[in-house]
Amino acid sequence: MAGGKERVLRRRIKSVESTKKITRAMELISASRIVKAQQRVAAARPYSEQITEVIRNLARGGAGKSHALLSERDTINKVGFVVIAADRGLAGGYNSTVIRAAERSLKEHQAQGRDYSLMLVGKKAADYFRFRGYRVDAVFTGMTDQPRYEDARQVADEVMRRFAEGDVDLVELAYTQFLSLGTQHVRVRRFVPIEAAAITEENRTDGPESDYEFEPEPDAILDKLLPRYAEARLFAAMLDASASEHAARQRAMKSATDNAEELITVLQRSMNRARQEAITTEISEIVGGAEALAKARSGGEDLLIDRTFAADLLPSHQGVVDR
Amino acid sequence: MQVELVSPERILFSGEAEMVILRAAGGDIAFLENHAPFLGAVDIGVVRIIGSGQSEERAAVHGGFVEVRDNRVIILSDVAELASQVDVERAREAQRRAEEQMRGEHDAECDAALRRAHVRLEVVNG
Repeated sequence: MAGGKERVLRRRIKSVESTKKITRAMELISASRIVKAQQRVAAARPYSEQITEVIRNLARGGAGKSHALLSERDTINKVGFVVIAADRGLAGGYNSTVIRAAERSLKEHQAQGRDYSLMLVGKKAADYFRFRGYRVDAVFTGMTDQPRYEDARQVADEVMRRFAEGDVDLVELAYTQFLSLGTQHVRVRRFVPIEAAAITEENRTDGPESDYEFEPEPDAILDKLLPRYAEARLFAAMLDASASEHAARQRAMKSATDNAEELITVLQRSMNRARQEAITTEISEIVGGAEALAKARSGGEDLLIDRTFAADLLPSHQGVVDR
Repeated sequence: MQVELVSPERILFSGEAEMVILRAAGGDIAFLENHAPFLGAVDIGVVRIIGSGQSEERAAVHGGFVEVRDNRVIILSDVAELASQVDVERAREAQRRAEEQMRGEHDAECDAALRRAHVRLEVVNG
C-alpha cells in the first residue's frame, strides 16, 4: 500500500528523536557533574597532601620502621583487588577498561600461584566478575556517583580488616585517574601495604631540622594516622574515578546524540523520497484511472490528446478540433 | 599565625588567629604565636580558633591530628564541623539515642557516639 514505507520511517524518526532527547539530557547532566566532581577532587587535595606531610615528619622523627601497614610480607599467598567502576553503564568504555585491567593483573598473580580476593566498588564491576564465575568477597554500590568520605572509609575498613587478619597479603587498587576532560588513564596500583618510598621519598635534608614535640609517641600517632592515610588515598581514587566516569559518560552521550542527529537526517531524507514516490505513484494512478474511465465512456478516443490538451493548448484550433 | 582546619572533603577554616585551643591526646592544649613544632593526635572535642579582637570560631572535631610548624597550625580531621554547620536537632536525637543505649549494655562505639553528640551540642551552646 502506498504510504506504508513512509509511515514506518516516520515512526523510526520519532523513536530516534526521543532517544536523542534522553542522550542529550544525560550528556548535559554529566557535563555539570564533571565540574562538581573536579571541584571535589581539588577540595580533597589539601587533606591528603597534609596527611602525607605529617607522615613524612613522623618518619623523620623515627616512627614506623616496623608498622604492619608499612611492612611487606615475605610470602604473598593471596592478593586483594579493589576495583572502582561505576554503578551504571552508558559510559563508553569506562567500566570495561578498568575491569579488564584489574582482571589482567589478577591473572598475572594467579599465574604465580597466588589466590585472589575481590572487593568491588560499583555494580558493573560486580556484575562482570560474578558473571564470569569469580569469587567476589565484597561489593559496595551506590557510592560512585558522588563518593563521600564515609564511603571511602567503609571500603578501606574492609580492606584493612582483611589485611590485618592475614587474609590477604597485598592489595591492589584499580581505578581510573582523571587527568583532564579529554584524558583519563586506568591505574592499577598497590594499596596496602603502603609503599614506604611513596611517603619518605622526598626526605629532604635541606629543610629545617624538625625537632617536633610529639604527643603521644610518634609510633602511637602513626598507628592512628596510617589508616587515615589509606582512607584518604582511597577517597582520592574514588573521586578521580567519579570524575572520569562522568567525563566518559558525557563523551559517550555526546557521540550518541550526534549519531542520533545524523540518523534523523538520513531517515528524513529517505522518508521525503518515499513520500514523493508515493505522491507520484498516486498521481499517475489517478491520471491513469481517469483516463481509463473516460476512454471507456467515450469509446476508444484518447482523453488527453484528443480532448483536454488540444483544446487547452491550442485555442486557435478550437474550431478545427472540436467536433 | 595561620590556622587551617582541613577535612578530607574540603578546607573548613583557613585564616589568621591568635590562639588555638584543642583537645590533644594528653589533655587540652593551646597554641600561641611561635609555638615550638608540635605533632599530635586530636581527641574528640571542641576546637576553638580565637582571632584578633576576641572573635572566635568553634568546630566540633571527632578525632584527627594537629601539626604546628613555622607559625602554622594545621588540624586534620576526617570528621569535623564548624559550629554553624551542626545540625542541632540531629545531634540531640543522636544524644538521646546514645543515652538510651548506654542504660543497657554499651560498647565503645556507643560511648564514642555519645561523646560526638555532646561535642556537637557543646560547640553550638558554648
